[in-house]
Amino acid sequence: MNQKVLKKKNLGRLAGWTLAWTVSTALAAFGTKFLWDGNQTLSALAILLNLAIGIGMVLANRRLLEGSDELEKKIQLESMALTLGLTLVVGIAYSLLDTANVIPWDAEISFLVIFMGLCYLTATVVNQKRYR
Amino acid sequence: MENKIRVLRAEKNWTQEDLAGAVGVSRQTINAIEKGKFDPSLPTAFRIARLFGQPIEAVFLYGD
Repeated sequence: MNQKVLKKKNLGRLAGWTLAWTVSTALAAFGTKFLWDGNQTLSALAILLNLAIGIGMVLANRRLLEGSDELEKKIQLESMALTLGLTLVVGIAYSLLDTANVIPWDAEISFLVIFMGLCYLTATVVNQKRYR
Repeated sequence: MENKIRVLRAEKNWTQEDLAGAVGVSRQTINAIEKGKFDPSLPTAFRIARLFGQPIEAVFLYGD
């Protein structure tokens, strides 16, 4: 299959999984309050569904990487290495700030998720420009 | 690593897109190789050389 067609297909597949995962995350987060009134069995099922779809999303991302050419793989590797390292270092520092009561609020996981997303986005854009 | 891809491509009147399609990589990859920003893998280098009908050492030049 042509490289461009394959990439488009894999990107579409990843977008579908990501959308499904986002919807299932919203369902797991808000369903207990707005849909099934605290029923723990339904909450556990929603979380299991979220987990299963999340694994599908990860596998779709792996497939996208496998179908990429060598420069795209290098760009992704560098971006992911930076994101992983910075998330670990910044995440632990942020947690320590909370433990030492330097910051008046609790260190929430949502901060790390947003930081990770922004970091990966920035690293990918910068790396794309480096090899242009 | 230097290379003569731009010259060989011009001789054949191929665009970067043409070469990328024949090699099976993106146009960005061919552009990065031409500019010396990215060194291709050995299989890709051999494919490029073969497409131009040249030995690999005539297309890619390794400088110390």
